[in-house]
Amino acid sequence: MRMWRLIAIAGVLFLSISAVQAGTLDDVKARGYLIAGVNGSIFGFSMPDEKGVWRGLDVDTARAIAAAIFGDASKVKFVPLTAVQRLPALQSKEVDVLCRNTTHTLTRDTVNGLNFAHVNFYDGQGFMVHKKLGVKSAKELDGATVCVLPGTTTELNAADFFKKNNMKWKPVVIEQATELNKAFFSGRCDVLTSDTSQLAAHRAVAPNPDDYVILPEIISKEPLAPVVRHGDDQWFDIVNWTVMALIQAEEFGITSKNVDEMLKSQDPAIQRFLGVTPGLGSALGLDDKWAYNIIKQVGNYGEIFERNVGPKTPLGLPRGLNALWTQGGLMYAAPFR
Amino acid sequence: MIAVSKQSIEIETVREESVPFWLDTKKRAIFFQILVLLIVGVIVWYLASNTIENLHKQKIATGFGFLHKPASFEIGESPIPYSSSDTYAKALFVGALNTLKVSFIGIVVTVILGTFIGIARLSSNWLVSKLAATYIEVMQDIPVLLQLFFWYAIFYENLPPPRHAISPIKGVYLCNRGIIFPRLEYHPAYGYALTMLGITCIGIWLLRKWARKRQEATGKTFPLFRVSLAMVIGFPVAVWIAFGAPIMMDVPKIRGFNFTGGASLSPEFMALLLGLVLYTSAFVAEIVRAGIQSVSKGQWEAALALGLSHAQVLRLVVLPQALRVIVPPLTSQMLNLTKNSSLAVAIGYPDFVSVANTTINQTGQAIEGVALIMLVYLTFSLSTSAFMNWYNKKVKLVER
Repeated sequence: MRMWRLIAIAGVLFLSISAVQAGTLDDVKARGYLIAGVNGSIFGFSMPDEKGVWRGLDVDTARAIAAAIFGDASKVKFVPLTAVQRLPALQSKEVDVLCRNTTHTLTRDTVNGLNFAHVNFYDGQGFMVHKKLGVKSAKELDGATVCVLPGTTTELNAADFFKKNNMKWKPVVIEQATELNKAFFSGRCDVLTSDTSQLAAHRAVAPNPDDYVILPEIISKEPLAPVVRHGDDQWFDIVNWTVMALIQAEEFGITSKNVDEMLKSQDPAIQRFLGVTPGLGSALGLDDKWAYNIIKQVGNYGEIFERNVGPKTPLGLPRGLNALWTQGGLMYAAPFR
Repeated sequence: MIAVSKQSIEIETVREESVPFWLDTKKRAIFFQILVLLIVGVIVWYLASNTIENLHKQKIATGFGFLHKPASFEIGESPIPYSSSDTYAKALFVGALNTLKVSFIGIVVTVILGTFIGIARLSSNWLVSKLAATYIEVMQDIPVLLQLFFWYAIFYENLPPPRHAISPIKGVYLCNRGIIFPRLEYHPAYGYALTMLGITCIGIWLLRKWARKRQEATGKTFPLFRVSLAMVIGFPVAVWIAFGAPIMMDVPKIRGFNFTGGASLSPEFMALLLGLVLYTSAFVAEIVRAGIQSVSKGQWEAALALGLSHAQVLRLVVLPQALRVIVPPLTSQMLNLTKNSSLAVAIGYPDFVSVANTTINQTGQAIEGVALIMLVYLTFSLSTSAFMNWYNKKVKLVER
């Protein structure tokens, strides 16, 4: 099954005759829509709602890219990928971009032939346990059975953490996140480990969310970013600057509601940003109204955050590291000029 | 086709000298074989060079160098000691051993269970035969992946956590961490008993040779089965008792999150084994039934008329003919079981595919990983086939 998919992807790698350098932007434009690889089962990041509409922070990031290219945020096809499938799927051109909570690491950036755009979520790995166990710290987890997704940095961090603290553990690895969560919530594992945002997401859709507690230790840095293939610089620039445009818009105070008024702004920086003064969009090979389209249709980073994972959602995540740099966070966009 | 080629051979023999080479079947056959080989070679070369070039363009590393790097991920269960600081090669080896373990045990249990159900299907008892038929129909018709999910869910949904484990027998625990049971600790007496078992087996082999010779010479039979059974059980036990009949058990105890000590079978392993065995044995049962039914009633009657006992008829007349029909499809069911074991990924048993998938993802080397997966399954399948072909040859009817 999944095996076949992997073989198929390897086969595509085999046969992908067209030169890699060929413009992804041209391919996407010719096709008429963007193909984005997403997780598909993390509430708040990428998951279809009860009406079948895709929702989430990663989903909105992909929509922003579509808005930048087509001026229409709805021109995206979402392809759910497991952790194991995601990198081969991108490498073999099955998707144009991965917006799938993928951690930026050196190996992925080099050996795997990928490029990471600006981070769209700063995360860290944590542990979730049942309250009944009475565990207060991750250092008390000696001998625990841990549910973990295979093929993730999480899997490696957990191995390092237990080794460093001289503790024994038993991993249970299941490729499908939904199956893995079922195993955890029914008690097959003592601990579920993942990025804390994901733990919160899984807890939010659990049968009894209040029975579970996320331990205080954060054992890793997980900068999650959209990923593209090596070798197509223009495409990389588009994805990279789309994420930065979301951040910059929040810094400017431009929202989906006031973006039309902002067109009249006298601030030259905002005029450049929104394409009132042309130049930035064409430099990327896009329409000069690209940033306007993104903000008008998808909103700025703050809006996306609040809508999908913020305090008013079931996830209830604080901005934390994901606040703007002006508010003590790490979200910082390079100048738009 | 055959008729045509025969004809052309005849023509060839008639006009040996005058045939041009394109009409000579022998030369033509060689020519086409070389041509096909060349085409295959070119395609392989094209695919390989194209792949390497594309990988190079995307700056994706290639080659098997990664096998020597530390894997840095853990594996849930392993027959040999393994830790995250071992290499990818060792991690993959552990995966292969896990596949081997579940396939081997699975095949043995499947053949035994399948044979019983196949015979039950032919029973003259209405209830037994209908039960067997129902079992076969139900198990054959449900996709094996669904069965795996079902058994896995049974294990983790219905069994209690370790602290409230069910203990049917003292020292044996049943919980959502699996079945935990005491393990014999090593004692020299066991070693001696095992050595004795080996010696006994050689003895039985010699005894069998002698009994056969004597029967051929004098016609006297020897109760070989009963005597060997007594020897196999009796001698090692006698040795064990002679050394004071020691029993040293490593009894599992609950400590912290889980049991320590003893041995255990994980829910993933048991769900996989159960799913594969129940599914495949339904097919095996049908094969066994077909085999037995393929031997005509007249064979039984004739053999009984010659004065052979029921057991002898079965062993000397019916089985050799039935096995001829049973063995080839049985081989393919064994291969199916081995290959289906790769569905383990779905329920978290760390088989070869699961470990290889993780390796692929951590190293990003999909082509090498998939090649290794193919190589391992090919090796397993070819060895199974080789063994079964040897067995098939052995049980095949000798035609005179």
